[in-house]
Amino acid sequence: MFSIEQLKKSLLVSLWFAFLTFPLLVIKVDPIERTVQWRWENMALVAIGSFLVSLLVRVFYKHQERRRERKSALDAVEREPWMQVILKEPRYLYPLSGAVLLCSLIFPHLFSTYQTNIMITALMYVMLGLGLNIVVGLAGLLDLGYVAFYAVGAYSYALLNYHFDLGFWMALPIGALMAALFGVLLGFPVLRLRGDYLAIVTLGFGEIIRLILENWNDFSQGPSGISNIPRPGFFGIELSLEGAILYLYYIMIAMVIFTIFVVNRLQDSRIGRAWVALREDEIACQAMGIDKRKTKLTAFALGATWAGLVGVIFAAKTTFINPASFTFLESAIILCIVVLGGMGSIFGVIVGALVLILLPEYLRALSDYRMLAFGAVLVTMMIFRPQGVVANIRRSYQFKSKSEGESQ
Amino acid sequence: MSKPVLQVDGLSMDFGGIRAMCELDLEVQQGQIVALIGPNGAGKTTFFNCVTGIYNPTGGNVFLNPPDGSKPIRLNGLKPNQVTAKGMARTFQNIRLFQKMTVLENVMIGRHCRTSSYIFGAVFRTRSTRREEQETVQKSYRILQKVGLADAVNELAENLPYGAQRRLEIARALATEPFLLLLDEPAAGMNPQETQELDELIKQIRDEGHSILLIEHDMKLVMSLSDKIYVVDYGKKIAEGSPREVSSDPAVIKAYLGEDIDA
Amino acid sequence: MEYFIELFFSGLTRGSIYALIALGYTMVYGIIGLINFAHGEIYMIGAFTSFVIATVLSIYGFPLLSIVLIAGLAAAVWSASYGYTIEKIAYRPLRKAPRLSALISAIGMSIFLQNYVLLAQSSDFQPFPELIPDFDFMEPYAHVVGSSDMVILLTTALVMVGLTLLIKFSRIGKAMRATSQDRTMAMLVGIDVNRVISMTFIIGSALAAIGGMLVASHIGQINFFIGFIAGIKAFTAAVLGGIGSIPGAVLGGFVLGLTESFATGYVSSDYEDVFAFSLLVLILIFKPAGLLGREETQKV
Repeated sequence: MFSIEQLKKSLLVSLWFAFLTFPLLVIKVDPIERTVQWRWENMALVAIGSFLVSLLVRVFYKHQERRRERKSALDAVEREPWMQVILKEPRYLYPLSGAVLLCSLIFPHLFSTYQTNIMITALMYVMLGLGLNIVVGLAGLLDLGYVAFYAVGAYSYALLNYHFDLGFWMALPIGALMAALFGVLLGFPVLRLRGDYLAIVTLGFGEIIRLILENWNDFSQGPSGISNIPRPGFFGIELSLEGAILYLYYIMIAMVIFTIFVVNRLQDSRIGRAWVALREDEIACQAMGIDKRKTKLTAFALGATWAGLVGVIFAAKTTFINPASFTFLESAIILCIVVLGGMGSIFGVIVGALVLILLPEYLRALSDYRMLAFGAVLVTMMIFRPQGVVANIRRSYQFKSKSEGESQ
Repeated sequence: MSKPVLQVDGLSMDFGGIRAMCELDLEVQQGQIVALIGPNGAGKTTFFNCVTGIYNPTGGNVFLNPPDGSKPIRLNGLKPNQVTAKGMARTFQNIRLFQKMTVLENVMIGRHCRTSSYIFGAVFRTRSTRREEQETVQKSYRILQKVGLADAVNELAENLPYGAQRRLEIARALATEPFLLLLDEPAAGMNPQETQELDELIKQIRDEGHSILLIEHDMKLVMSLSDKIYVVDYGKKIAEGSPREVSSDPAVIKAYLGEDIDA
Repeated sequence: MEYFIELFFSGLTRGSIYALIALGYTMVYGIIGLINFAHGEIYMIGAFTSFVIATVLSIYGFPLLSIVLIAGLAAAVWSASYGYTIEKIAYRPLRKAPRLSALISAIGMSIFLQNYVLLAQSSDFQPFPELIPDFDFMEPYAHVVGSSDMVILLTTALVMVGLTLLIKFSRIGKAMRATSQDRTMAMLVGIDVNRVISMTFIIGSALAAIGGMLVASHIGQINFFIGFIAGIKAFTAAVLGGIGSIPGAVLGGFVLGLTESFATGYVSSDYEDVFAFSLLVLILIFKPAGLLGREETQKV
């Protein structure tokens, strides 16, 4: 099954990793007690683990190579992956969506409030992922400071409520608008920038905003944050905690449906095509008459809007916000969702968000390894499947006869 | 006599210390097919880039005179998308298609500057937006029929064979409704059959009222198509005239083949 | 006036550390055009490795000098190994992929390494032993320049000289310069490009590790997150000086270090990080070529 060559190479790999991780994984010092702990079991784990992974990767590459040879030899027609088929055919898509919607509606009545709360968080990240998907997935702009717009939305609600008693429902559109405004403001300086520089500058912006929130105490109340943010009002009736969470859950379902609806419409529209053209080839895109500045700013603004909305909801859900919730790590997690799910693919992003947010919750035992897994996912996806779990498919058009044309 | 659709006077382009183009004059009359030829590195693509707004020329003037008689437009300093909106479209020497978009979508992108629906229309699918989308699809499809790619509408651009990709680039440029089409080595890498089909296609485009400026190395194609040829070398114009005049010009022969030792 | 001198030397010290880390960024960017997001973590791993080794050795009663040398060597060796491994696993497979893929991979690596150290060691700040004793001859200047500062400055100076000699006169240095100018051509003349790239990572990582150890000893504590902020600042320094330029990284490091020192000393210390981030943003927007870099024109 495995050749000697493969086994030998994998053995070397495992020895290398045992060496590599020795100081940090094996040795544990207590500088105060002046003791040293030698955790040799970690070394054994690393050695075995890396041996197996290395072997698996080699087998995977071999398998890939054989598949490629077979395909070119037979000149076989590429069969469409089943997921794309489901998503394209209305007769599959509609009943499936209906079933999912039904399940999500009765979900809170089958599970506990705690579970519902987790699901709310997951849905929030679905929205965030779909928002970032516009910027990164469709327009190809690697925005590492997306969390800034999230913060803008949250702080808009918190501050407007604190100073002017503004309610949740009023705050929603205002938060969205503020975020869109910031999207344009932050987008302006980066219009001329190339991919990696754009990424770093947006990261810089995100951090600057967080640091300002943390230090400008007069404005944002600094690290202690703002508390007593009211939950969404239900016709003025005071809700219990369970009731409030249930209410918020349904609000989230509605918002997610709204988001999917809007993003779907945008994707196959004139502006959506312009975004993808921008991503594919910025120079050709301009040569074909598309104003790249306007297109980029629109992407930033529209992407930011969703983060702003979720920000308001986040403030209402947790009733307390502080700058520590809006670190670069958040941007990285949302990026991870888009990368895992599939850049440009709505369904993929939804799957990505649910997987990355729900899995750690249900595998509570492994929650310490959550961020470690996120990092690994980013690296692995880029190397093995950069298009994501569900690759984005472009729309097909049907034409009746030679002279006539009609779109699907 | 009407004004030339494209009028270039004394165009110069410097990159730091390098003078890539030196006071080039060029004209394209309405309905003409003009060829720009010269050895590799002569500055032909640089010329295209200067004229289409990718570079801002360091000297000289580029004027577009729309055939419908409206005001002449000075192209210096305009951005590429503005130039295209004014009526001049181009293809690229190294194919620059939108690889992950379908054939039809690539052409539909060309319609962008001739349509206007934006966020509101897209989200609410207003009547005007729906009509515009329908029109965009129809027009794009018709252009694809013209270049012979109607069967591949839903193929990803990256999956097309090389010759088809070149035709798709032309289709995409045509979708912007230009009155002047700039083609950068459209026949590069094509076999004789494909080149012949390209010849017919370009003639058809000209017959439909477009003017064409093309950069090409395939001399048979150039001789067959061109009403006028400009020859450049080292960024300078070294000859201009009809195909016959140019092919017997000693300066042109020298530029391509080098000087005869015995001469 | 004394305050000024104190800030000046403190700025030089900061600048030295930034320079040491910035060199790694600039060398990698010069050779494969990638912003090695995980480089800050290499620095942090260097600090942690020296922390662990130094503490173990001191518990077993080794003399100070040998601790410094062994811990320093260990930090350099292990960081270099991490750098080499990261390049091989996360960047090499993506050499032909679009640039953004490699950047995303680098971000993933950075997050992975941060949490690896967090889990392997601890989330708390760890006290770092003072490896550089107060020298007697430094006594009169102690209120403006510490012994630790002096050592850092000297080490950095030595490293700079060594690196410059290496790049200018050695075979591998020549190969590095060739590869960063034109990779395909370098391959065609027989340079083992993979080896050169690995070497670049190894050298850059070793330098960052030394910086890590020095700074950890200077400040007295470390934790798994120091790589992020130091990485951003060092990257700022590299860009400020002109990314891809080795003297630029050094210049940028000192300029950033001094400016930061004076800004926090005379203006406010709360906004220290904001200042660095803002500087980074401004440079990238207005003068991405930096002080010593060359403007890149794109060929169409």
